[in-house]
Amino acid sequence: MPDVSTQDKDIEHVIRVENLVTHFGDREILHNVNINVRKGEVMVIMGGSGSGKTTLLRHMLGLHQASSGSIYMLGQDITQLSKKQMYEMRRNMGVAFQGGALFSSMTVAENIQLPLYEHTSLDDMTIKIMTRMKLEVVNLAGFEDLMPSELSGGMIKRVALARSIIMDPRLLFFDEPSAGLDPVVSAELDELILRLRDAMGMTIVIVTHELDSAFRIADRITVLDQGQILITGSVEDVKNCDNERVQNLLNRKPKDEDIDPEAYLQRLTREG
Amino acid sequence: MSVKRITPNIELMVGLFVILGIVTASYLSVVLGETNLFKQPGYEVIARFSSSTGLKEGAALEIAGVKVGSVKTISLDREDYESIVVLNIEHDIQLTDDSIASIRTAGIIGDRFIKLTPGGSDIMLEHGDEISETESSIVIEELISKYIFESKSKD
Amino acid sequence: MLLATPIRLIEKIGFESIYITRLTGSMIIFLVHCLGNIFILPIRFTAVLRQIYFIGARSLLVIIVTGMFTGMVLALLAYYNLKQYGNMELIGAATALGLIQELGPVLAALMVIGRAGSAMTAELGIMRNSEQIDALECMGIDPYRFLITPKFIATIFSLPLLTCVFDVVGICGGYLVAVINNDVPSGAFIQGMITNVDWADLRLGLVKPLTFSVIIVWICSYKGFYVHQNRSGVFGAEGVSLVTTNAVVMSSVSVLALDYVVGLIML
Repeated sequence: MPDVSTQDKDIEHVIRVENLVTHFGDREILHNVNINVRKGEVMVIMGGSGSGKTTLLRHMLGLHQASSGSIYMLGQDITQLSKKQMYEMRRNMGVAFQGGALFSSMTVAENIQLPLYEHTSLDDMTIKIMTRMKLEVVNLAGFEDLMPSELSGGMIKRVALARSIIMDPRLLFFDEPSAGLDPVVSAELDELILRLRDAMGMTIVIVTHELDSAFRIADRITVLDQGQILITGSVEDVKNCDNERVQNLLNRKPKDEDIDPEAYLQRLTREG
Repeated sequence: MSVKRITPNIELMVGLFVILGIVTASYLSVVLGETNLFKQPGYEVIARFSSSTGLKEGAALEIAGVKVGSVKTISLDREDYESIVVLNIEHDIQLTDDSIASIRTAGIIGDRFIKLTPGGSDIMLEHGDEISETESSIVIEELISKYIFESKSKD
Repeated sequence: MLLATPIRLIEKIGFESIYITRLTGSMIIFLVHCLGNIFILPIRFTAVLRQIYFIGARSLLVIIVTGMFTGMVLALLAYYNLKQYGNMELIGAATALGLIQELGPVLAALMVIGRAGSAMTAELGIMRNSEQIDALECMGIDPYRFLITPKFIATIFSLPLLTCVFDVVGICGGYLVAVINNDVPSGAFIQGMITNVDWADLRLGLVKPLTFSVIIVWICSYKGFYVHQNRSGVFGAEGVSLVTTNAVVMSSVSVLALDYVVGLIML
């Protein structure tokens, strides 16, 4: 990463997604998506199931190939990077997956240490201390030697978070932090995320469908529906938005579709 | 409730596995493959047979039933239409120049081998020499037909 | 309307051909990638050791038991069939040759498929499903080098050794049946074996497990690694069970087919 650090200061938007179009097979999932994420903010990408929010996240992580459009991370277009450059780029990115994605054959400590062992030549003692520091951050000190199978859902998410910040990344991605957690644990996790932003100055992108959690932590919110961005703005902006689909999502109202008898009949009788 | 984890000694188990594997592999290659790592090479002599039917390269060479070497190559003498068999004899076996080489069969359907019968001469065979006294293969089919044919002609 | 059926048939053939071509291509890229990685230093020694433990050391018991019984039944069959010709010294040869040339490599390979190959597919499939492979990717760790290369090295190392163990244990089993149970002279058994087994037989018995090991680890890890791209489109636990079954069946069949091909080339 030769020139990223110098460029970084000039870049207000550390993540910039431009005209992203993606396909899954023949189906178009994302239609012309544009997002800017500012340095040091918590950006929440919100949307119902099937809105394409997880797909968008996976594109930002470079796990999928985009059909067209560009994704700039810290000033570099990751759709154009070689595999090796991408691995370099990923050292600036921490990711906590929905299910934790912890390696079941490794202890909590081994899981967290893995990136350090892979990418640094620090000695064991330093690595140990760094591991404890991160566990301390997520309030899991003393759980080093447990296996993932011995942890509760909330603990798994926190370990995953500890692992994603072990390399002190500048960008943190979190997929569904509150999915499957009770409200109290979920609130704790939200606190933790805010603390990370304030203490470490990380830029954080969170994908979620939980409204309460989103409103609590977001600096800005992007609402995604059926592969299209409906609105990007502050919490107030989103709450006051008069777009019907946004309001439906906010009020947890099921979609009331305009019934078009012609189209309905066609759907029922089409061949194949 | 925590389940006690049994961590097996991986290094020890892998070590045992590798040792067992190498021991069995070397047993196969040294004992069965007859890898001649330490053996001295033998010497070669030639024997001519009018027929070496059924004899194969690698067949055993025996004196009094003990293996002392093997058949190296079998080829045809294009002038006399005889079979030239090159025998590889272990280096510490000495043969007189009047030894007899005869092709025999182990059992009825067994492999052909060459039986060597040492003579009483003082001169020893050396590398490249020829055994002059030979007995060719006995072909069972010929013996049987001869027997049937002769018994018919007596009638 | 009459043309519909033949056209659909041609379509189907075309679809299948495209699928097979694509699959072959992606499998070969996968193999080249993994084989290439074997020679990139540093080798993950601990990971390789773990895999040798799992694929090799933990398979020893099943290899010894099956090898023993295979050798015993070979000697028993040889005894009953050769008794009629009075050629007892061939029992040793028949047992040893049968084991070294054919049954040792094939049965050891099948045992390793059943024990380690299936586990390999399931493990990688579950890792893919629970986003662990994505997590590796996101940590900047090459999942091929981290997960699959150690499995390649360990299988290629372990299977020939397991085959040797299988052969020798089988010969011991044959010896027990022939010499102790059926009063074949001990010397006849051993001498017959020594004279009839050549270096060429052993070479065949070594080339086979080497090629089998590549096939096994190739198919089993490919199927698991790409569980999300399986043809039927099932995912989750069902997807893992489907690809595991596929991997076991496909690698077993490939081993038997390759067994013939290797025999054809080398004999």
